[in-house]
Amino acid sequence: MLFDLDRVTFRYEGVIALDDLSLSIPEGSRVGLLGANGSGKSTLLRLLDGLCFPQDGSIRFRGSELTEARFAEDDFACGFRREVGLVFQNPDVQLFNPTVFDEVAFGPLQLRWPKSEVRERVAGILDRLRIAHLRDRVPHRLSGGEKKRVALASMLVLDPAVLLLDEPTASLDPRSQSQIIDLLVEWGGGAKTVIVATHDLADLEDIADRCCVLDSGRLVAERAPAEILRDRDLLERANLVHAHRHRHASGAMHSHPHEHRR
Amino acid sequence: MSFLERTLEGLHEAMQRAFEAEHSAASRGLLQQIDARIKVLGLFALIVAATMSRRLWPIAALLALAIVLTALSRISIRTLVSRVWIGALLFTGAIAVPALFLTPGTAIGSLPITRQGATTAGFLILRVETAATLAILLVFTTPWAHVLKALRVFRVPVVFVAVFGMTCRYILLLLDTAHDMFESRRSRTVGTLSGSERRHMAVASAGVLLNRSSQLSGDVYLAMQSRGFRGEVYVLDDFRMTLRDWAALATFAALVAAAVWAGR
Repeated sequence: MLFDLDRVTFRYEGVIALDDLSLSIPEGSRVGLLGANGSGKSTLLRLLDGLCFPQDGSIRFRGSELTEARFAEDDFACGFRREVGLVFQNPDVQLFNPTVFDEVAFGPLQLRWPKSEVRERVAGILDRLRIAHLRDRVPHRLSGGEKKRVALASMLVLDPAVLLLDEPTASLDPRSQSQIIDLLVEWGGGAKTVIVATHDLADLEDIADRCCVLDSGRLVAERAPAEILRDRDLLERANLVHAHRHRHASGAMHSHPHEHRR
Repeated sequence: MSFLERTLEGLHEAMQRAFEAEHSAASRGLLQQIDARIKVLGLFALIVAATMSRRLWPIAALLALAIVLTALSRISIRTLVSRVWIGALLFTGAIAVPALFLTPGTAIGSLPITRQGATTAGFLILRVETAATLAILLVFTTPWAHVLKALRVFRVPVVFVAVFGMTCRYILLLLDTAHDMFESRRSRTVGTLSGSERRHMAVASAGVLLNRSSQLSGDVYLAMQSRGFRGEVYVLDDFRMTLRDWAALATFAALVAAAVWAGR
């Protein structure tokens, strides 16, 4: 098993973010983490990336427990960072280097890759994500979609076996959204593990073969995306669908819970 | 003008200045086409030569050279006057004026100032104006990222350069945040604010910004950790010298040697 979470509880200054959560994620799976804002998706991704550690319960990565003590060991930390990458929801926290090229090169350099290989791999990933023209630009002057792509490139350049993504298409225009979804679907030829936190139901079936629904830090369902999308009660309870007034082609206007699809 | 409008104008001006410097550094003027390392080294050496000179005319000649370089680098002289000369003159003038009256020596005609005092004040003002003009040339002709990389070549510790670069980047981000915050305040404010309301708003805004910057710095650190940061920063220093850069290096060396010789 790739990740094994056993009764994990995590609190921020006394406020529960994850509550007694148990979950197993096999190698090569594509998991969608569904949940409304504040349901614990981002916290779960940070725990899976070894950036914070549970106060109760345990997380195992390929059988090794993720603890602060393990990350103090250079070999383990470098090996884990090479294998697991997290793309943050807010790209601004991830873009701190003076140019796009330096930004994408940051990860490989910290993992002590040879500089000639770093240059080659960075140029390759910039080409693949169609952002080679941005290589000398200052990251903070980029548009939202460009920033997301650079943030994604800065992780994909490491070619991690596990990619964790926090709302990868949030606040993007429809074209940028579909380009990022296409990239995720094609990436690694389907052999990599991808864990995506989202509350967008439209692309769920494309990016995930398994879906976990979180509500107030608890795992409330774990099924195939199609089954989750059929369960209206569950989606409504987890605040993933809502009722609002809308007009049908016939001109009739009414209100009932529904999800939005592009 | 109200407190909110003044604050917004100040924030807008700061962002505008940063944008202008980036825009100017990206244009195709003379200095913009020269390697950042040569510019850092050459301009710094000219500043040292100007401060070491014991005669006025070599400093004046260096100032004239800086003005010519400004024009050839497509930087407006007006920008130079408003951003550098007026500020430097006022600041240095305040220090130099007493020297006119207090330095002992030969009086100039019937005026209460001495020749030696005027020379001392002239040295001080001219040196500061020349040094500031040469320094601003570097800022307006070199992308910030290249200046930082050039510092690495001169053995400035990598941690210092990395922290300095990140600080500059996040100051701009917080400037944006502050701008949005004050703009949203203005859209919800009717009439003028009293003194206590202004103070309350300033303190509350500073608190929110401090909180946000603390949260941001925590997230940035996690993002660095996530990509393998373990306390030591490794960077790429990839500069390539062209024939033009070697020519610029030789020119700077000749100018510095001439200025030192003339000013000795």
